[in-house]
Amino acid sequence: MNLLEVIGVSKRFGGVQAVKEVSFRVRKGAVKAVIGPNGAGKTTLFDLLSGFRVPDEGTVRFKGREIHGQAPHQVAAHGISRTFQNLKLFGHMTALENVMVGRHVRSRAGMLAGMLSSPASRREEREIEERARAEMRFLGVEPLSLSPAGSLAYGQQRAVELARALCAEPELLLLDEPAAGLNMRETSELAEQVLRIRDRGVTVLLVEHDMSLVMRISDEVAVLCFGQKIADADPRSVQRNPEVVRVYLGDD
Amino acid sequence: MTRPGLPAPARVALLAVAVVAVQLATQASGRGFYLTQLTMTGYYALVVLGLSLLMGYAGQISLGQAGFFAIGGYAAAFLSTIDVSAQRALPAFALATRMGLLVARPDLYGGTTLGVNPWAGLVLGVGLASGVAFAVGVPVLRLRGHYLAMATLAFGTIVSAVAVGTQRLGAADGISGVPPFPILPGVRIGGGSADRVANYYLAWGLVALAMLLLGNLVRSRTGRALRAIHGAEDAARAMGVDAARMKVRVFVLAAAMAAAAGVLLTHYVGGIGPSEASVMKSVRYVAMVAVGGMGSLWGALSAAAVLEFLSLRGVFGAHDDAVFGGILVLVMLFAPDGILSFRARGIVEKLRGRPARPGEGT
Repeated sequence: MNLLEVIGVSKRFGGVQAVKEVSFRVRKGAVKAVIGPNGAGKTTLFDLLSGFRVPDEGTVRFKGREIHGQAPHQVAAHGISRTFQNLKLFGHMTALENVMVGRHVRSRAGMLAGMLSSPASRREEREIEERARAEMRFLGVEPLSLSPAGSLAYGQQRAVELARALCAEPELLLLDEPAAGLNMRETSELAEQVLRIRDRGVTVLLVEHDMSLVMRISDEVAVLCFGQKIADADPRSVQRNPEVVRVYLGDD
Repeated sequence: MTRPGLPAPARVALLAVAVVAVQLATQASGRGFYLTQLTMTGYYALVVLGLSLLMGYAGQISLGQAGFFAIGGYAAAFLSTIDVSAQRALPAFALATRMGLLVARPDLYGGTTLGVNPWAGLVLGVGLASGVAFAVGVPVLRLRGHYLAMATLAFGTIVSAVAVGTQRLGAADGISGVPPFPILPGVRIGGGSADRVANYYLAWGLVALAMLLLGNLVRSRTGRALRAIHGAEDAARAMGVDAARMKVRVFVLAAAMAAAAGVLLTHYVGGIGPSEASVMKSVRYVAMVAVGGMGSLWGALSAAAVLEFLSLRGVFGAHDDAVFGGILVLVMLFAPDGILSFRARGIVEKLRGRPARPGEGT
């Protein structure tokens, strides 16, 4: 079953065609990667999927429902959670609080309940905290829960951001260049984490530069070049695709 | 709870003890007249607390809080001083009188006037300010940083200009002769010296209530979302926070608090003038939040209590506005996190050898 269907999506900025008639699907339970050289339109594509940008043309369907044109918080409410290429943590909040914000979409206490500290809102707060701690444990960062997020090492911040995205209990997790800035050991930890996330039943779509990571964890790989899709298959076939080889290694 | 320190109710209990101690001290030292300025300080503190939530937690500046205060104050003053006794025979006015919306009062010349019940004035004043805040907030809160500051400044300027330029609002003189507001059995908000102690406890009781409610709020799911918007708006939105809606709601809450303070203070001092709507008043409120520290309700309260009281006692003399302007500049230059938090955090930082945890000082 296809969890996400992207059909003929285009986005233009002035004279630049950032994404051109891109179509692909993400099977439920799979890990799919979108790769491509710098400027291939990968991050724009992610912004189109997560509601930060509206496509000029095309359709994005999640669980059969059209979601393009919806605001990010609405997309999140459908069960899509994302991370950011340049880490967007709430630096002045603790790591735990950061992860707890991830639960926003799955909790409901409003302003008045918060002011009155109603029993229901306190119960919900406890559940949110427990859930957040569980996600931090899952990624091995629970001991850092009371540290200000801004003071953590880069790799730790990555893990906290990932925990935050997971705390929303997403069906689809969008990872924007998750290995950027990580060293080799951290990257292989990340690979193992992504596979464990998939094993929990979460579908993963990632945009990535690191080919070895992509080839190791992906079930399918789509290749973008100048905003267009040039290949979409299993990792082995993609690696042998002459067009892909030409784009990555230069033609000769 | 994820944050260390005293729980909100314990802190509010400490505040209550301090409020009682101050009252007893003024009594013992024969300075009961201080309570008048302390009461006024309490109401101004409510404005500052609302702004602290907006600025320090949601990260949205407003240079228009005096405008919302004035909307509340002028609504209360206008409604409670109009005299509709000539129309008392009309069915609508007779009905309003029977429902208690209009109340008769003796006037200075031995007759009676028929004015609007202060409760109705409170509801209308706060409702009007909230409505205006919503209408202004929806477009204006799309702006950020300097642009938001400019837009709210413009709003404050408009309110101020309307107050000065409207004859029915007393133009440059403002409205005086605002009657006391019998708010609880035996407690009238007004300047009579017999009511002085009761008014002091009422004002600071409201401050304590605000601290309890806002203290709970900032530790709740909503408070977390507000701080998240402040920290990284895109990430907050990706986590399901409807940032635009959340900002407008806090803006309206801060405006409603300012307006309520405006209504009550106007009844307390018996009038309101256009200076309450002036942009310099808005700058003072921002300065007090800044001194207390962004993201610190208790810091904002402490700053408001001390600075407003000194100002009302006339300590800054003719340089009053200059002092607040100067304070704001100095804080922004040397301690953008606020003076109160600056010292405490600076020490913690040195001890730990790394940045202190922000946001603890609620």
